Amino acid sequence: MAHIRLPATSLALLLMATPGLAQELNALVWCDHTDPALIEPFEQKFGVKVNLKEYEGTAAGLAILDQSRPGDWDVLVIDAVDVARAVAAGHLAELPADKLPTADFFPELVMAENNTVDGKTYAVTEKFGYNTISYDKTKVDPADMADMASLTSGKYDGRIGIYDYYLPVLGLVALGQGVNTADITADTLPALKDPLMALRKASKQVAEVVAAQTALATGEVDIVVGGGEWLTAVLAAENPNLDWTIPKQGALRWAQSIGVVAGTSQPDLALEFVNYIVSPEGQAALATSSCYWGMPANAKAGAALSDEAKAVLRWDEQPEFLARAQLYPIPDAALDTAMQDLWTEMLNQ
Amino acid sequence: MTLAARDRRLGWGLLAPALIWTAAFFILPFLAMVALSFASMDGRTVVHGFDPGNYVRIFTDWTMLKALINSLEITLVVTVVSVVLAWPLAAIIAFRVPARWQRLALLLAVLPFWTSYVVRSYSWLLVLGQNGVVNKALLGLGVVAEPLQIVATRSATVIGFVHFFVMLLTLTIYANLIQLSPNYARAAQDLGANRWQVFAHVILPLTLPGVVTGAFLTFVLCIGDYITPQILGGNAELTLPQLIMLQLGRSGNFPLASALSVVLMAVVTLAYFAASRWLRLDRV
Repeated sequence: MAHIRLPATSLALLLMATPGLAQELNALVWCDHTDPALIEPFEQKFGVKVNLKEYEGTAAGLAILDQSRPGDWDVLVIDAVDVARAVAAGHLAELPADKLPTADFFPELVMAENNTVDGKTYAVTEKFGYNTISYDKTKVDPADMADMASLTSGKYDGRIGIYDYYLPVLGLVALGQGVNTADITADTLPALKDPLMALRKASKQVAEVVAAQTALATGEVDIVVGGGEWLTAVLAAENPNLDWTIPKQGALRWAQSIGVVAGTSQPDLALEFVNYIVSPEGQAALATSSCYWGMPANAKAGAALSDEAKAVLRWDEQPEFLARAQLYPIPDAALDTAMQDLWTEMLNQ
Repeated sequence: MTLAARDRRLGWGLLAPALIWTAAFFILPFLAMVALSFASMDGRTVVHGFDPGNYVRIFTDWTMLKALINSLEITLVVTVVSVVLAWPLAAIIAFRVPARWQRLALLLAVLPFWTSYVVRSYSWLLVLGQNGVVNKALLGLGVVAEPLQIVATRSATVIGFVHFFVMLLTLTIYANLIQLSPNYARAAQDLGANRWQVFAHVILPLTLPGVVTGAFLTFVLCIGDYITPQILGGNAELTLPQLIMLQLGRSGNFPLASALSVVLMAVVTLAYFAASRWLRLDRV
């Protein structure tokens, strides 16, 4: 028998050692999921390889799914406000709500109105944070940062950077004008044009994440409108002068959700991955990802976070922050187009 | 079958792989893009058809038109500045550097190509920033009293581009210069030409194919580049590739992105015809 067992054992070892033949999970994600500290524990526990593809912007993510075959992707990370859009496009599978630890979440982060469509759960919130004001507290008066009006008062002209994402910044401009994000409509949008242009005039640049971080860290700008803990936390160790706050007018709360892609050939493994990400351990690793930090949706993640990390994330202040923050605007297609046109006009003014 | 007919068949046979490749990966995708550029959007859904609305919008919406103008202005400035800097650099390498050191000089000239384009662009952010090397040097030398604002301006975009394209142009112009026989200059001098006349009437005209080839490549690569204006320009103004990316990543408006891309290709095609008289792509 030995002469039979040896080749059989060799074949088994070969199968395990050949990457192409190992079980693989394909996830379409944001960059914070690419941190090995987050992914490796799952890979080791389940003996699988997790293939990650980053994308930016819901439209780009949905386009990738549109062009893929069923089974190409198993897991999708998506802006929480766009879950319904992905469901409408048929890209998300229903999740068993009773198998998700949402009872442990901050109540505001269950976000059933976003993650549920027609009574069915399609995604679960995994991480959140704020689009608000980041600043260098040695260069600006922190008291000024408590009032959005100070940004266009002239005092900080040429020292402001704007985060290059139309939804949160237009939301912040709306809050500055006393308009709730949910009340941004085709009728109220024109009133935001002048304040947006005034903010642009006072600013030095409109930059995406890395450029905005670089500008703040190098002193190119002293304030980033639309920033928050996600922008400054990864820089905190090297530059403790960088801080963020929520002004009296409020801020935007961003949230990202995770779900299982419709048509996956391995729904059980995909669900295991989702549940790992929203477990306290997964949440702590995701919150402090090397790409960007953010608050974990699962309140039990506090036990897995260090005191230093909780201080940077302002863990203890979350009840007050959550009460003052509003969700992203959820525009329909026509309003979305109008908002983007306004943003493009602002960029090219 | 005659010999000529057999040669023709052999020629087509040898050409077939290139033709199939070009048809599959350029002509068909290009036709698909042109067809998509005449589609429209109904909400977030693409409606196929023949609607010239995207082109009408590009040439009537000032935001779009300005992006096209910005791209053309930046590209022309970059091309001219790069040529002006690259020609003397190539001439120094070709005529002043001893032959055995020329290869090393060229290697040093193209060294920046070895680093990632994105990393190089972010590096320029640090060099040109308020507290960057350039401003610190200028302040230290007393040239300026306040740091200059370079980052997030068109100047930063142009500097980033010129750094890249001077290397490319140096190679194409050098390739042209080393083929010139020194006898041309000697003959002109024998006939009484001074050094300036030799340069203006003999050397420069003979290097035009290399200059135009490099300038055309610079034009093509620069006008289609998204990374440098996005990182160094700080969105101080939009270029056409940035506008295309906005349509793709944010709006999902593929018809408008396709129409903008067709316009971009049309501009490149016009540049090709303008330069075709002197173009020598075999020199690249």
